[in-house]
Amino acid sequence: MSYIPHTEADRAAMLAEIGVETIADLFLDVPEAVRFPELRLPEPLSEMEILRELREMSERNTDLDHYACFLGAGAYNHFIPSTVSHVTGRAEFYTAYTPYQPEISQGTLQSIYEYQTMVCQLTGMEVANASHYDGATSLAEAALMAVSISRGRRKKIVISPLVHPEYRQTLRTYIRGTELMVTGDEDLTRELDDLKAMLDENTACLIIQNPNFLGQLEDVNGLADAVHEAGALFVVAVDPISLALFKPPGEYGADIVVGEGQSLGNQLNFGGPYLGIFACREKYVRRMPGRLVGATVDTEGRRGFVLTLTPREQHIRREKATSNICTNEALCALAAGAYLVTMGKHGLRKVAELCYHKAHYAAQHIAEIPGFELVGDRPFFKEFVVRCPKAPAEINRRLLERKIIGGYELGRAYSHLADCMLFCVTEMNTKEEIDHLVGALREIGGG
Amino acid sequence: MKVDASCRYTETHEWVRVEGNEATAGITDHAQEQLSDIVYVELPEVGETFAKGDAFAVVESVKAASDCYMPIGGEIIEVNEELGESPELVNKDPYGAGWFIRFKVSDASELEDLMDAAAYEEFVAKEEAEGGH
Repeated sequence: MSYIPHTEADRAAMLAEIGVETIADLFLDVPEAVRFPELRLPEPLSEMEILRELREMSERNTDLDHYACFLGAGAYNHFIPSTVSHVTGRAEFYTAYTPYQPEISQGTLQSIYEYQTMVCQLTGMEVANASHYDGATSLAEAALMAVSISRGRRKKIVISPLVHPEYRQTLRTYIRGTELMVTGDEDLTRELDDLKAMLDENTACLIIQNPNFLGQLEDVNGLADAVHEAGALFVVAVDPISLALFKPPGEYGADIVVGEGQSLGNQLNFGGPYLGIFACREKYVRRMPGRLVGATVDTEGRRGFVLTLTPREQHIRREKATSNICTNEALCALAAGAYLVTMGKHGLRKVAELCYHKAHYAAQHIAEIPGFELVGDRPFFKEFVVRCPKAPAEINRRLLERKIIGGYELGRAYSHLADCMLFCVTEMNTKEEIDHLVGALREIGGG
Repeated sequence: MKVDASCRYTETHEWVRVEGNEATAGITDHAQEQLSDIVYVELPEVGETFAKGDAFAVVESVKAASDCYMPIGGEIIEVNEELGESPELVNKDPYGAGWFIRFKVSDASELEDLMDAAAYEEFVAKEEAEGGH
């Protein structure tokens, strides 16, 4: 069965129109040696056979149904209630692309509006957009927004070295070829006081992550005032789960809040698709990137939802748009919305408390193992740094043999922490799993 | 379409009224008609300096957001704060209460390139005849 609608006559007509004899002639510009390489593919298989083969391949993956996971570093293993997939799996939502026309999409638009509302409540901000691709994109967009709020006059972006290393990389990719400058993290040991000293009249924003990449809560007292005194904006990247337990950035003076929303009802998905959370103060709404859904009333006075403030976007404003992003991560945002609604205020707080207590239990017991040492004296949420008596890569290899996915090897991004691991503990880790990890580390560390 | 005889006009549909070495500027009645209901005007800050032709403001209507360009160069001395609460003033009274900025003129000779009211009316008529917008 062919799925291609063109007939031979169609093809001949098209080729004749452009003056080429055969389809192969269209590829003459490709060097002959690589033009039609022999692919040496196996014989075709039936659907039943190919499913069997793919299943065997997928079973070679290490997955969280069969391994205990203590890896976080920006992607988190949290419980997902079954209501989430029930909602996201509905055919009305489960489309390849998001329909935004209000006439046919009230359900989708309402779900985005409710997601935005909950992001505002979590972050303590006044407006939230319909989401970006992931936490890294949101962070980079926040930096550009801060520059744009300064009308392009401030070109310096100060960022803490304890912002996720991949977010910092994404930010640098974003600003490549522009006059903007990213600074603050050249020295990976810089602390917030050092960054404060770097703020000046050319600074568009200060970006921190809280809890930071090492899981620690930053001392944000007076920070917003220092940033605002310099005329800059204060951007905070968050773990949304932590906001159920700790003060939201809106309460300590943030102007823009971004974050990775994967932990809200989205699977780890081997790294994506994820969900970029983005919220800000209302006075900056016209500089906010991305899509925004608003509530309104129709001609008969009934409540409805529409995309709003779209003249800011690139299909209208072209190169002067607030952002190059004219879409959102709708299905992941829907999952986050369904998750937050299911958990409720108290449920989410319970998740955060479980993370906090289990992480502290694990940290305490790991620190008691000879040779292992807890690094840093700041309070932490669900991740913590451990200095190891052996190379972290070696420890991880041996943990994996015991069906444990170990922590993030900090040497990958922080050379001064090459002998350290970042462990993550969530509500998903049972006491037995934690005790198993502690026992394994004791064995590996000792022998 | 209304014009104001005391103003000079640009091809990008801004007006400017010069009094001494100071000037007031906004967008024309024709521009506001084309844009339809104006919902927001983003104005510059006092003290900013713009050259002739620089984008100094963004006017947002229900259907578009457009830049406004300096008719002649100058330094901003006042912006119309009223437009923050009442952007519809631009629709109601584009040459009066709907003004955008007051500025100190850098070079009065730049005025010579601009159209007077009659020339602007002719320009708009011609633009419309050509199917422009």
